[in-house]
Amino acid sequence: MRRFCPLVLALLLLLSIPGSAWASESKVDAGDTSWVLVSTALVMLMTPGLAFFYGGMVRRKNALNTLMLSFVALILISVQWVLWGYSLAFGPDHGHLIGGLSWLGLKGVGAEPNPDYAATIPHLAFMAFQMMFAIITVALISGAIVERMRFPAFLAFVLLWSTFVYAPLAHWVWGVGGWIRNLGALDFAGGTVVHISSGVSGLIAALLLGRRRGYGEEPMLPHNLPMTLLGAALLWFGWFGFNAGSALAANDLAASAFVVTNTAAAAAALSWMVVEWLHHGKPTALGVASGCVAGLVAITPASGYVSALPAVIIGLVAGAVCYLAVAVLKPRLGYDDALDVFGVHGIGGTWGALATGLFASKAVNAAGANGLFFGNPAQLGIQAVGVVATWVFAALATLVILKVVGLLTPLRATYSEEVSGLDITLHGEEAYRL
Amino acid sequence: MKKIEAIIRPEKLEAVKDSLGKFGIHGMTVYQVMGCGTQRGWTEVYRGREYSINLLPKVKVEIAVPDHQVEEVVKLILEVARTGEIGDGKIFVSNLEDAVRVRTGERGEGAL
Repeated sequence: MRRFCPLVLALLLLLSIPGSAWASESKVDAGDTSWVLVSTALVMLMTPGLAFFYGGMVRRKNALNTLMLSFVALILISVQWVLWGYSLAFGPDHGHLIGGLSWLGLKGVGAEPNPDYAATIPHLAFMAFQMMFAIITVALISGAIVERMRFPAFLAFVLLWSTFVYAPLAHWVWGVGGWIRNLGALDFAGGTVVHISSGVSGLIAALLLGRRRGYGEEPMLPHNLPMTLLGAALLWFGWFGFNAGSALAANDLAASAFVVTNTAAAAAALSWMVVEWLHHGKPTALGVASGCVAGLVAITPASGYVSALPAVIIGLVAGAVCYLAVAVLKPRLGYDDALDVFGVHGIGGTWGALATGLFASKAVNAAGANGLFFGNPAQLGIQAVGVVATWVFAALATLVILKVVGLLTPLRATYSEEVSGLDITLHGEEAYRL
Repeated sequence: MKKIEAIIRPEKLEAVKDSLGKFGIHGMTVYQVMGCGTQRGWTEVYRGREYSINLLPKVKVEIAVPDHQVEEVVKLILEVARTGEIGDGKIFVSNLEDAVRVRTGERGEGAL
């Protein structure tokens, strides 16, 4: 036995050498990589999901145009992100404000992991995952300007906005060296970067374009609510990739983010339904769909930092607050944010970002921080700084970009284009023949 | 000849068709229409905002009949399309000058 032990030890040592050698050659983890790639595909599905969510809410004469705005975001940003978007957002820091151009055309972004962002997956997988976020963010804005913005103007807007608003914001919040990240602000999956930015920019765009003709005088009702519900369901499904995928690993944090995402979505749908029921006497399908999206928005920044019970609270508040924003605030102020991008994403994202400062717990994520209710009131202040900076920057930059685009091509459809519908006049197609 | 235009509830269409078929009338034109009368529409709620929907979906059935069948056809439609609630619809009867069967060129009542 004494002779045998050293032999066994030597054998085990020998057997372990190839494994150790392999491990030192590559840090890529197959489980993490597959989860992030699946999550990337899930987030991609959110954009066509959003297209149907929005498409069902417009009048039938604008259904295809509305769907096209999301699809064209998928097309344009898929190219823009690879060429320069990713480099600006995540490339080596310049002045804590922007990533620069050294990763232009994905130069140096390959199979090797980038430990600054995700140490166990190929850098390319991280890039692709982030690309899907950039895509859906501009698609979200389209909900504010549907039924009246000209297609060429939207194309130019998408390219400029993603370059000059999304990329810097993503760098500030997530990029190594970004000033909001350095402050210690928490945004797990894009509450500020995706939702506040798109919500506020949508509001500015809606104000600049003006109301749809006939708004407030004639009903502008959803033409296909089943389509909207299908879109909301696809968004909910894809959101698991959005939030749980943001763990960037197949681990306990991903599982936690998955659970709180589902919980908040359900809680918000429930509270929207109840508030609407009390306010107007009927629980509507559109209300349930809107409520679940509001909950998903609100839990997004907090999803990697909170446990299930705070997720219930975040969701319940999100449903009620977003309902009040779209059903009470919007009619009082009189702006025409057609599909309530500001009310759901701007307000829901703001609540979620602040709620992260209330409910974040290092017990959920040691890499995060404690929030107000876990003994760290300063976190709420840090979150507020991130929120205010995002509001101000997104609003001002969107205003400038739209003014510039307006010099190049008319922003708004003509009277006859709008009255006849954008499907026929801008695309030469009809959604329905019957 | 008379033209009978019956604007009825959509859910009553099958019953009206059956009833007319049993009476021997198989030719008709049916439209999906929107209209308003004394019913004055309803209220729909979208994201907490109420919209008054004035034009309601109805079905319009057009039938051409010989003069002697008019009263019976009107009576038949009344029997099956009536619920007694507001929104049951209207029946209009008007003179028809001529009718032509496209396949054969027949004219008048023979073409019905």
